[in-house]
Amino acid sequence: MTMQFNDETFRDDYTYRNSPEAIRRFPFPFDQDSYMYSVNLEPHAGGREGTPFNKRFDVDEHYVSEMRDRAITLADDPLRCQSLPHMELAGWDFLELVMDSKAEDYPDLFSLTKDGDRWHWVNRPLGIEQRFTFLDPTTLPCGPLEYITRQTQGDHALLDQREGNLWMDAGMVTSQADWSLDFDVGMNFFEWHAPVPKAHEMGIFQRALKFLLALPLSKPSRRLNWTLTVNPRLDTSPENYHKWGPEKRTVTPENVGAKQHLRVELQTLWRLPRSNAIAFPIRGYLASMEDLTTLPKWGRRLHRVLRDLPDELADYKGFTVNRPMIVDYLSKFDDGVPTSAGIYPDETGL
Amino acid sequence: MPCTEFSPSIFTRPVYADLVSRGAAPAIMLADGDGAEALIDLVARDASVMEQAHVMFIPLATNHGARLKALGAPSYHESPSFAACLERFQKALADARMGTSLYLAGTEGLIGQAMALAVAAGLAPGAIQAEHRGSIARRMQCVHCKGVTEAVTTDPFVCSHCGLTLFVRDHFSRRLGAFQGVCVDAETPGIVPPTQEIQP
Repeated sequence: MTMQFNDETFRDDYTYRNSPEAIRRFPFPFDQDSYMYSVNLEPHAGGREGTPFNKRFDVDEHYVSEMRDRAITLADDPLRCQSLPHMELAGWDFLELVMDSKAEDYPDLFSLTKDGDRWHWVNRPLGIEQRFTFLDPTTLPCGPLEYITRQTQGDHALLDQREGNLWMDAGMVTSQADWSLDFDVGMNFFEWHAPVPKAHEMGIFQRALKFLLALPLSKPSRRLNWTLTVNPRLDTSPENYHKWGPEKRTVTPENVGAKQHLRVELQTLWRLPRSNAIAFPIRGYLASMEDLTTLPKWGRRLHRVLRDLPDELADYKGFTVNRPMIVDYLSKFDDGVPTSAGIYPDETGL
Repeated sequence: MPCTEFSPSIFTRPVYADLVSRGAAPAIMLADGDGAEALIDLVARDASVMEQAHVMFIPLATNHGARLKALGAPSYHESPSFAACLERFQKALADARMGTSLYLAGTEGLIGQAMALAVAAGLAPGAIQAEHRGSIARRMQCVHCKGVTEAVTTDPFVCSHCGLTLFVRDHFSRRLGAFQGVCVDAETPGIVPPTQEIQP
């Protein structure tokens, strides 16, 4: 196996760490020195070698530990994975997409052998070997969506398309930026986005929905979204807000660089062939302020973005209380020099 | 008292309008409290709406029952609570034929629960109408323990199941028929803002 997987935690003692390589390939979300919402969709058709954009479903050094954290969260709260009855076919569609993609993109980690509808799946990093019959739910230990998303980094929603809208009728959500699948399951595109400030008035969701309803097969799209998280915690759910909320007040000028993390979501959107549903993986990446400021361009830019962000967005993203400390910390890494265009750091070959 | 007007809010916060008659088609009518007056006003606009109506009424300490019954629905029934009415309402939904209209009137708790049941039973959303009358109390789901607290009139309030102090969001799930309550002192345990009456 070429890839080394970290043994780390995303709760309690928080041993999560990024290697220098993981920092260099971090999907830094700001392509300029300021930020505002936009329908920033682009084709998910590969990207620079080594970046998270390169493969269809990125697998990195955190894979095994992230899947262990998901299992802990699911054991505590099975409602984090739900699928309304009409969504099982979409679950199979998604299972096939992930298995095909991973087996082709990472042949040393995953393999899939098909003999008609009798499939043989091998996941070497997680030590899983499964023979099953495609589309026969009795041959898997759980539903197809749960089965494959216990083996795929990121949260995942399956969106049913009907009545000119998209309906979030299934999902696996254990590492979310403070929204509840259990509350939102069954909602349409405008409903589950209702709490987002400003974007409705800007027409963001109308335009995004129009684009997504016409999403073609085999032409996935992607966008980046971001928030800030104290500690490298995956389960920042509203369900457990009373448990992780106090951690937000443990940031000090001394520890802000290590504790405060930028959380970036690489969101991809895939039309599914049989169900005509859309799969919506939300793949999260975490890097501390200390990690990010090892790359001077990112340190400068992050300072400018967070300093100048409208208050309403800082409120929505939940870091108003720590913002002065964060901006003060980052200011030490901003010498006022102009930054180059685009998201990539200047120093690496990426 | 006319249909309640709520202040502008987010997309999921339900808004209601006056009931509109679908004529003499089969109808299920469910009302609580002052919702009875919405049905009485509906009949004043079109008496034919009662011709095939099954009316269920939960008085909630009002005395609208006699006037409602006098409207002459073929089937009229009073229940002491929504829970007591549940089996009857679900039977009516199960028996509903294509073209049956559902009229809901009264509190948000009643409307939210009844609408969630009706959609789950397969009624087309276009066949369902709701008019808000009476108390603006909300039906709240605790996002932490998942328990539902009925008739919440203050923000914040104490979850009747787990005891956490929750703030009242406008985010509403039609599937659950409830608004979302979230721990108000999660980041600063014990520091709770002053209690206020919920406003329309």
